[in-house]
Order: sequence, then structure tokens, then C-alpha cells
Amino acid sequence: MAAVPTTATAATGAAAPGRAGWLRGRYLTVIVLAAWVALWALLRGRDTLALGGAELTPLHTRLSEGMDAIDAGRNSNPLFLYFINYIRLFIDESVTFVQALISRPSFGRPVPVIGWLGVTGIATAVALLYGNRRTALLTAAGFASFGLLGLWEESMDTLALTLTAVVLALAVGIPLGVWAGLSDRVNRFLTPVLDFMQTMPTFVYLAPLTLFFLIGPASGTVATMIYATPPVIRITAHGIREIPVSTLEASTSLGSTRAQALRKVRLPLAKRTIIVGANQTIMAALSMVTIAALIDAPGLGKTVLKALQTLDVGTAFNAGLAIVIMAIVLDRVTSAAGRRVEAERRSGRARGTRARRIEAGLVLAATAVLVYLSHVYVWAAEFPGGAGLGSYVKQGAGAASQWAQDTLVTYTDALKNLITYGLLNPFQSLLAGSPWWLVALVVVALALLLAGARAAIVAGVSLVLLVLLGLWHDSMVTLATTLVATLIVMVLGVVAGVWMGRSARVDQVLRPVLDAGQTMPAFVYLVPILGLFGATRFTAIIAAVAFAAPVSIKLVAEAVRGVSPTAVEAATAGGSSTWQLIAKVQLPMARAGITLAASQGLIYVLSMVVIGGLVGAGALGYDVVAGFSQYQLRGKGLAAGLAIVVLGIMLDRIMRAAAQRAAARPAPH
Amino acid sequence: MAVSWIAGLRACAVVAGAALLLSGCGGAKVGEDTGAQASGDGGGKSACGTFNLAVNPWVGYEANAAVIAHVAEKELGCNVVKKDLKEEVAWQGFATGEVDAIVENWGHEDLKKKYIDEQKVAVAVGPTGNKGVIGWFVPPWMAEKYPDITDWKNLNKYADLFKTSESGGKGQLLDGDPSFVTNDEALVKNLKLDFKVVYAGSEAALITAFRQAEKQKTPLIGYFYDPQWFMSEVKLVKVDLPEWTEGCDADAAKVACDYPVYDLDKIVSKKFADSGSPAYELVKNFNWTNDDQNVVSKYISEDGMTAEQAAEKWVADNPDKIKAWLPAAAG
Repeated sequence: MAAVPTTATAATGAAAPGRAGWLRGRYLTVIVLAAWVALWALLRGRDTLALGGAELTPLHTRLSEGMDAIDAGRNSNPLFLYFINYIRLFIDESVTFVQALISRPSFGRPVPVIGWLGVTGIATAVALLYGNRRTALLTAAGFASFGLLGLWEESMDTLALTLTAVVLALAVGIPLGVWAGLSDRVNRFLTPVLDFMQTMPTFVYLAPLTLFFLIGPASGTVATMIYATPPVIRITAHGIREIPVSTLEASTSLGSTRAQALRKVRLPLAKRTIIVGANQTIMAALSMVTIAALIDAPGLGKTVLKALQTLDVGTAFNAGLAIVIMAIVLDRVTSAAGRRVEAERRSGRARGTRARRIEAGLVLAATAVLVYLSHVYVWAAEFPGGAGLGSYVKQGAGAASQWAQDTLVTYTDALKNLITYGLLNPFQSLLAGSPWWLVALVVVALALLLAGARAAIVAGVSLVLLVLLGLWHDSMVTLATTLVATLIVMVLGVVAGVWMGRSARVDQVLRPVLDAGQTMPAFVYLVPILGLFGATRFTAIIAAVAFAAPVSIKLVAEAVRGVSPTAVEAATAGGSSTWQLIAKVQLPMARAGITLAASQGLIYVLSMVVIGGLVGAGALGYDVVAGFSQYQLRGKGLAAGLAIVVLGIMLDRIMRAAAQRAAARPAPH
Repeated sequence: MAVSWIAGLRACAVVAGAALLLSGCGGAKVGEDTGAQASGDGGGKSACGTFNLAVNPWVGYEANAAVIAHVAEKELGCNVVKKDLKEEVAWQGFATGEVDAIVENWGHEDLKKKYIDEQKVAVAVGPTGNKGVIGWFVPPWMAEKYPDITDWKNLNKYADLFKTSESGGKGQLLDGDPSFVTNDEALVKNLKLDFKVVYAGSEAALITAFRQAEKQKTPLIGYFYDPQWFMSEVKLVKVDLPEWTEGCDADAAKVACDYPVYDLDKIVSKKFADSGSPAYELVKNFNWTNDDQNVVSKYISEDGMTAEQAAEKWVADNPDKIKAWLPAAAG
């Protein structure tokens, strides 16, 4: 039943009959699982290390005291006086400056320096010059829609904070990524740090951040950076590493120094990958908009949170829609820019043909006119006409949510009960109801069988850490929910991913829906899903699936599309039916991509544990939320955050090692 | 280079042409009419200066904050900066000097100890006049159908009704806005109730649960509180636990009594209290009833007003109450 290792093998294992050793491993796995169930029946309820909601362990108290000590030293500590204060000032000023330009009344004027027409013009010009006409059109429409939704100022606040955070993240992340790409040692050091930054729930460090960076834009920016910098570091390092050795040897044989090789060969070749990293960083930054609003970060997130207080789904959806539109615009523009860089490199043509320069000149000139107009005239400075579209969106979304809650609830309740009683409750009772040492033994044994000795050691250490953190029982409850959610994500991922990978039409229709699922803040749809599924673990699973499935679907689709056309043609010519083609050729050949989809899906599900805590999942997610809200529980909240990190790293390492093993087996045929 | 120069020149011509064209039919210029307005109400600002008001995330608090902010701006000429913060972060703001006042505080003895007694950066300035009630509630349809359910002694009789997929065979007691202190696990244990505490995790989850329970006529018992805007939509019925007496909740693990009635109060930073700002006098004098707050909350939650509009309307309707809050000099 341990879903992680088996999902990794299920995708690949079924089609890969083979060596005796692998078969033996499979028998042993079954034996281990059977022994677990048998022992659980005998020993259940013993040594489960359950801890009540308000109960603390000595470690939790000590963690609280530690946080207090840092707090107390704030005014005398030189680190604060000479370092953090200046960083804070710098970031605060940067954000305020961008706000003065585009979102807030500034310099004694009742409106910002650049009005809506100017900002839209600049954004469109950037899209046109670095992307293409289609993205430019999309950008213009997207920015206009912020005004039409009645959220121009909020959108610009969000854009100001996101842009500042992204620029700083890139300024820190790209050099670090290059360094990690060049040096194995740096890479080995950074990897766990980045894992930590990405899996540690933001709620854990949100309140302490305001002690360091005070209440204001700086805290919001830093919280965003912590979550958004890792992707660009990882992807840049990957891009630098990926460069073929032969290309590098050619340059060194021509007498280039290391620095020259970096500047002339590595960086230009990695440029496209670095842009992909920037794209991921932008998306991650936008996903923080609502959470940063919890510490007074300005923008659309505040609108969402305010609406949630009165359960006003319509208003929350309206603001969520603006966030989705912003994400889609920024994604399409950066993706187009990446493709353009690649195309220009391939064609060997550097920028600067005559036609292009004229185009650029015209575009810049037109932009300058728009900026000027929006600086001077009221109609171009403040979006005219008010929120016509916004009120329709609000009413529509509110009515739809109400209708769904009133009419669908009997069916959704049945679905919830089916999954909860049929899958989640038995699995949770096995994981959380067994003695802790039994679960630990089983997990280590499974890791050993499926992923090798190293992964087994990581698993062992992680499990001991969970016990030491005092949150074993909660961790197991969260693990059960997480694994069930991941299973659903993978079922959806394979089904929709194959469909999408095989048809460009389906791809075109589904992609915006998936983008919306990924970028719509969960806070927007919490109320309708709560109405449909109640405050339950299943609601938490639904929220996690909504966020994680799009990633898995996209990755599976990518992998299916990547299957070599000759193999597909050969199978079709050999008379395979569509189902045979999918089952025998496309899925097996795409298994590396499917494994990646599973591991990414799992990480995304884990990142929703805290949101799950807000809708009834209890366990670690609730511990973190309560730690953020109640002074005496913050040590426990920190411990719960650490437990989530430990779970994430453990599952990730086991899965990766299992996937590597699977890949090392001979390919099917 | 030459090419781009020519392009640039051509572009300049286009710009000039377009600019002329557009400015011809231009319309109002920025600053022409709005400028006068901006300087108009700036007269009294020097007396008050900036007033940093924390806004905790629930509607009742927002009602208090909106009314105080409105009066401070219109009557005292303050520059009010509202900061949307959770309670704990807001209290931290006293220490970092970024928050001047919290205007609806529910208990929080631990935070009072740390920031008022130990760090001495905050002071309590008296009740808001609102009484906070915490307890266990059921939707009205249940209280009607099972009249004796409001006595805790009968809860075990009905435990089966409250079973859910989350409660492991027992009755479910839905807890959980994480911001509020709860003794419910201890209460269930010490009152020997056949219930399991399930953590909803947010106020939105609690309200949605109660709303659906009333609408679909499904059984539900859970932790809730008053004043709360939702009470005017669905009047939840309180279940009577053993009465609270002084000290009965001293040991959290042994609690077997109801929650006390909280006198909600106001906290300000020491710095703000010593500043002599008229806004401090206003916060200190601010006092109103649960009914007052519920009216403003209703404007916000049901009538869809912004907090500012709601405050403006209430203030216009209640000039006498406002007068009593104003500092003597400014009145």
C-alpha cells in the first residue's frame, strides 16, 4: 500500500518483466506489506505517539523560547543593526518606488506617475520586442482586463511587489545557479538548502519574518523570494551543466580561459534554460500573493483575504481571476522570449536586422507617447468606466458557487464518503494506528527493496527525526492524506496527460484550464469546496489535487509527445490499436517523464498541506496554522513545519532513487 | 548605427504627430481639479500625524477599526494607516514600533504578559464595551427539533447524530478557528463525552459548515463565538456547559466548565500612549455595544459596503456617540 514507491514502479514495472533480482524484490515487497498488515491487526493502537491539539513536548517549548531569545536580541544584535536593517530599507524603498511609478498616488500627485495606458503600453511593448505579436496582443488584453475587473490599483500593487521580488530573486539566483552549475561542491551544498526553502511552509516563517523585516513590503518581498528563488538556481545550474562536453573542449582547445568559456560558451548556450528558470520563479512568486497579504503585503491578495472574511466568493474569484490573468500573461511572454532566444541562436543571426531596428524604434516611440499621455491626462491615468466587467464576474461566480453548494452536495458527499471510507481511513489507520517502530521498519525495508541502501538510510534518519520532533502521529495522518492525494493526481495525470499529449487540440483547450488551476489562489475556492465536501481531509485532498494535477498532466503530456515518432509509426504500421499503442508503446517509452510527473506531483501536494489544515485536514497542516495564530503554539508550529520538510525530503529521495533503479532496468521490447 | 538613427528620427516624427493629435482632444489634466481637494482637508493634520491601526482579520474587528479610523480622519485630521495583520503579528508590531493600536482584543493573556508586563511596550486602555462569548453551538433547526440538546448532559444521547467520516465512530465536535484558544479536547475528556474534536482550521470552514448544516438540515455541533456577523444570518443556539466560575479553567488539562465571557478590550503601544496624540484619546474613549458593532458588521457582510462606507453611514447616524469619544480639546 505504500503508494509512493509503488506509483514509481506501477508506471514502469508492469511493462518491464525482466531480471530475476527484480522479481525477487517484488515478492519481498509483497511479503513486507503482508507482514505489516498482520502485525497492525495485532498491535494497533499501541505506541502511536499521538499528541493532542494543545499538547506540547519539551522540544516545542524550547523552540518557542529560542524564538523569543532571537526576538529579545533584536535591538542589540549587530547583525540586525548593520545588516538586516539595511537590506530591509533597500527592499522597502525599491517596492515603494515601483509603487510610486505604477500603483500609488505619488510625488504630490493624486495618481501614480504612469497611468493605466502607459503601463499597458510598456508591457505590450516588452511583449512585442522580446516575444511576438500574439503575446503582445495577449498582454494588452490582459492589462486592460485588470481595469475592466475594477482592480487596476490592486493589480499594480501585486505587480510592483512581484516584479521587485523576481528581480531580486534573479539577481541572487542566477549567479548562485551558475556557481552551482560549475562546482559540484556548491551544488551538493545548495541542494538540501533549496529543498528546505521550497518545502518549508511559508506560514512557519511569516510571523518571524516581520520581526526581522518589520511589517511592510520588505517582509512580503522576502517571503516571496524565499519561495521563488530556488527554481531559478536549480534550473540555471542544470542549464550550465547540460552543455555538451565536446563544445566546451572545443573552446578550451582554442585557448579560452575558464572565465572566457563561461562568458562566451556556457552562458549563451544556457540562456534559454535560464529564461525557463526565470519563468518558474515568476510563477512561484505569483503563487505567494495571497499568503504574503497575511502580513499586510499590498495587492490582490488582500482583496481575496478580505472577501474570505465574509465568505464573498464572487469578490474573491474576481481578484483570483486577475492573478490568473497576470500569471498567464507573464508565463506566455517569458516562454515566447525563451523560444525567440533559441530560434535566433539556431539561425545564427544575432539581433539587429534593419527591419527589426525600425520596428523597435517605432514601438518605443509609441510607448513613450502612451506613457506621456498617461502621465498628463486623467482619462489615461485612471481607468475609465469603472468595474463593469468586475461586477458581472462577481455576481456570476457567487451565484455559481451558491448553486453548486445547494444542488451538488448530496453527490459530492457520497463521493467524499466513498473515498474516505474506502481508501483514506483504512490507509490512515494502517499508518497512524501501527506502532511507530513497525511503520519505521516497514518504510525502511521498502526503501531498501525499491530504492537501495542510500535511500533506506535517508528514510531511517527521517523517521527518527519525526519521532524526535514529537509529531509522529500527526506526520502519519498527513502522510496518508498526502499519498492518497498523490495517487489521485497520478491517475488524473496519466489519463489527461496522455489525452493531451496525443492531440494538439485537446492541449489547446486544456492548457489555460490547467494554468488557472495552478495559479488561482486556493483561498478563492475554499468556500465552495468546503460547502461541497465539508471540513474534512477529503476537502484538503481536493485542494491539493487542484493545485498539483495540472503540473503532472503537463509533464505526462510532454513526455508522451516526446516519444519518438518512428516508434509510434512502426507500432501503427504493425496493426496496433489505439489502446495497444498507448499501453505498449507510448506509456512505457514515456516512463521517465511519468516518474518525474509523480515526484513533482508529490512535492506540489506536500506544499498544500498547510492549506489543507485550513479546511479540515488537521494534523501537521493544522499545527502550522495554529502555530502562526497562537503565541504559545508557535514552537509546535515550527516543529510541524520541520516535519513537513522531513517528509518531503524523505519521499523525494526514495522516489528518485526508485526511479533511477527503474530506469536502469532494460527497456521493454 | 545609421539605420537606427533614421528609424529613430522617423519615430520621433510619428511621436510628435500623435502627441499633438491626442493632446488636441485631450480632456482633463492630472492635478487640475483634484489638487484643490487634496489640500482642502489637510488643515488639522499637524495635530495628529500618522496613526497606525492594526486590522485583525474578522469583520467585527473591522467594524471597530473602520469607525475609529473614520472619526480619526474626519474629526481629528489624522493620517490613518491601516495594517491588515493577524493578532500575533499585530502584537509584535508594538515592539517594532509599527502598530499604535489594536481595537478588539480577545483575551490573549500570554501576549499581554509578554508585551505589557515583560517588554513594557504596550498598555491596555480598557474595554470596547463588547462582550465576547465563546462556546459550543448548534444550528437553530436542531435546537427546535431536539430541545434538550442545549444541555451538555444530553449530548451523549445524540452523539450518533454527529458521526462523520472524520470522527472515527464518535460524534464530531467541529473546532477550530486556529486563532482562538480552545479547551475542547480537555472538555470532551473531562465531561466524559463520546465525541472527537475535529479541527476545521479556519473561520471560513466553520461558517461554511454551519451555513450548510442549517440549509441542508444536517446535524452539526461546533465551537463558535459572538459577536460574529454570521449570527445575524443564522442565529446559532448555544449549548450550556457547566457554568464558568472563577479559576475553574486555571489548569488547562482539567477544565470541565464553560468559557468565560470575555470583556473585549483595546491595546495600544506605550509610545502611542505617551505621544499625546488626539487619536490616543479617541481609542481610549472608544466604547460601544454589541448591537452597535453588529449593525456595522451587517453593513459590511450582508449589504456589501466597504468598511469605509459602513463606518461613514454609522457615524452619520450616531453623532452623539461619536461626540463622547472625542478628546476634550478637539470636541
